[in-house]
Amino acid sequence: MAERFTKSMARNMYMGGSLFFILIFIGLTLDTVRQLPERDNRENLTESVEHGKKLWEDNNCVGCHSLIGEGAYFAPELGNVFYRRGGEESFKIFFKSWMNAQPLGIEGRRAMPQFNLNDEELEALADFLEYAAKMNTNDWPPNIEG
Amino acid sequence: MKYESQAVAMPYFIFALILFAGQILFGLILGTQYVIGDFLFPEIPFNVARMVHTNLLIVWLLFGFMGAAYYLIPAEAETELYSPKLAKLLFWVFAAAGTLTIIGYLAVPYATLAEITGNDLLPTMGREFLEMPTITKVGVVIVALGFLFNIGMTVLKGRKTVINIVLITGLVGLALMFLFSFYNPVNLALDKFFWWYVVHLWVEGTWELIMASILAFVLIKVTGVDREVIEKWLYVIIAMALISGILGTGHHFFWIGPPEYWLWLGSIFSAIEPIPFFMMTLFAFNMVNRRRREHPNRAATLWALGCAVMAFLGAGVWGFLHTLAPINYYTHGSQITAAHGHMAFYGAYVMIVITLISYAMPTLRGRPNGNSNKAQVAEMWSFWLMTIAMVFITLFLTAAGVLQVWIQRLPESGEALNFMATQDKLALFYWLRLVSGVVFFIGLVVYLWSFFIGGEDPAIEAAES
Ligand code: HEM
Ligand code: HEM
Ligand SMILES: [Fe+2]
Repeated sequence: MAERFTKSMARNMYMGGSLFFILIFIGLTLDTVRQLPERDNRENLTESVEHGKKLWEDNNCVGCHSLIGEGAYFAPELGNVFYRRGGEESFKIFFKSWMNAQPLGIEGRRAMPQFNLNDEELEALADFLEYAAKMNTNDWPPNIEG
Repeated sequence: MKYESQAVAMPYFIFALILFAGQILFGLILGTQYVIGDFLFPEIPFNVARMVHTNLLIVWLLFGFMGAAYYLIPAEAETELYSPKLAKLLFWVFAAAGTLTIIGYLAVPYATLAEITGNDLLPTMGREFLEMPTITKVGVVIVALGFLFNIGMTVLKGRKTVINIVLITGLVGLALMFLFSFYNPVNLALDKFFWWYVVHLWVEGTWELIMASILAFVLIKVTGVDREVIEKWLYVIIAMALISGILGTGHHFFWIGPPEYWLWLGSIFSAIEPIPFFMMTLFAFNMVNRRRREHPNRAATLWALGCAVMAFLGAGVWGFLHTLAPINYYTHGSQITAAHGHMAFYGAYVMIVITLISYAMPTLRGRPNGNSNKAQVAEMWSFWLMTIAMVFITLFLTAAGVLQVWIQRLPESGEALNFMATQDKLALFYWLRLVSGVVFFIGLVVYLWSFFIGGEDPAIEAAES
């Protein structure tokens, strides 16, 4: 590096640059948190959804599936499964019978475990997935297949 | 090795490498389940194997970083470690916590583990990479505090160099960002938003400081280039890392709820994130070209150069590939993500830890000039086997990802193939990835074996011939 660019200039660039961007980042974080209420579907955060999220986590569903594109890539995207599998009309019916049918036991096919959830728990998980599907995701995923 | 207390690094390195082997074994299980879906089902479902694979990765890298710090900080500070006893104690605490957690993953269903570890009291589990029980997380914080206290006190009583200050800054940042793993709101958008404070601000922020400082340390040792020059490079690299990487977090905020301005901010700032990685490559080659000595530990130099190049490829090139919002719209959460995740983690963090181990371990074993030529040749073979295998893993996953986007994401609803049917079409690439994984594992075995090869001091051999 050129001799005129000294070590102390480099240090100032590091200190000043990082401090500056940390402050901006904090500011943008505050702004994002302020704007989220209009986008994150929090008005539908019921107790059942809360329970559903806990079940989602306690059973590590994200270890195989992705949820809005984050998680694992072994099994289908579930952020929009509510719409893919029947929506308001029939998602819950589909979901309960799906969960109860696991594992499908098809040889060589990727298998999903049986989690032994009761009807109320399945209801909660379905509510959680519906809530997630209704967040504003800037139009992601590109199509219904996720 | 100049200071006796540096020897506490040894158990950290050894344990790290044992966990590395475990990580790769579980990687092979995952790779097999990708093509034989019910392999080991229901004993080890995919999510369990994945958790073991990724958590072992993180934990062994943390062991590696800690070992690196215990080795490097006394050397830089020119004084003995503040408390070798504390370092040894924390080793056992961390090793026990880690082992118990892995046993927990494998022995009982995850829901049971969540229940018996009290996840109801403070739910933090069940989120990618942060799957460990809440009490394990508390344990990690305690170990981190003790560790930071120990190396902090060492630096306070000793010489403060740019390298040890940057290393400590990175480690403190790592610990601070980890605290966000305790924040798990019910609101999914907030949960996801702050989850990235841990994951992104680790690998594209604080860990880069750790990586750059370790690289600088090893380069000083093996090239003998003037410290002033090295330190100037170090400052510029970490400046660019933070200037680009902090707002670069925005490349994860495109689709998870936050406002639309992140589409611009995230794309622009993350697009300059490759620069610090490119500078590390220039840095490493420049210093080696300007070297003032021929260090007989050629393996360490090879790892240092390879690390810089592979980090640039994995993080810089493969990161850039999918970081712009219009592209990420189609590639988000596809096999392209997995391709990038593998090469970036390997190139940057696996290789930097191995670089330091390669330099430090011989000195800890009373071989200041490095291992014998025979051992070094084996080590260099393992370098090429693992690195080339990782290049192929990345290429096959990238091919799978491009095809996946092509048939599942690009067509309209109704015309696009569904997820499972798409996966069937990618089977050939998954098989090839698995074969590359086996080669990677062979490379790892050669690497571990190289520690057991004796022979003469390379400097003596060179003098004789
Ligand atoms: C034998 C070699 C390996 C194989 C076969 C393998 C296989 C896999 C598989 C199948 C996944 C899960 C992908 C999914 O969620 O669907 C995974 C995840 C992951 N592996 Fe590996 N792996 C190997 C080596 C490694 C190495 C050496 C590293 C680190 C340097 C690594 C780091 C990761 C990471 C970070 C993830 C999470 C990726 C993400 O979330 O995008 N793996 N691996
Ligand atoms: C050594 C540094 C890096 C490491 C270890 C790393 C690792 C990872 C991993 C493991 C993921 C997957 C996270 C998940 O499971 O959801 C990821 C995602 C991502 N990374 Fe990196 N990364 C690094 C640097 C970079 C850089 C420099 C860029 C940009 C130039 C970048 C761009 C991205 C993007 C855009 C995603 C999101 C992919 C998606 O939407 O699915 N990464 N990274
Ligand atoms: Fe990132």
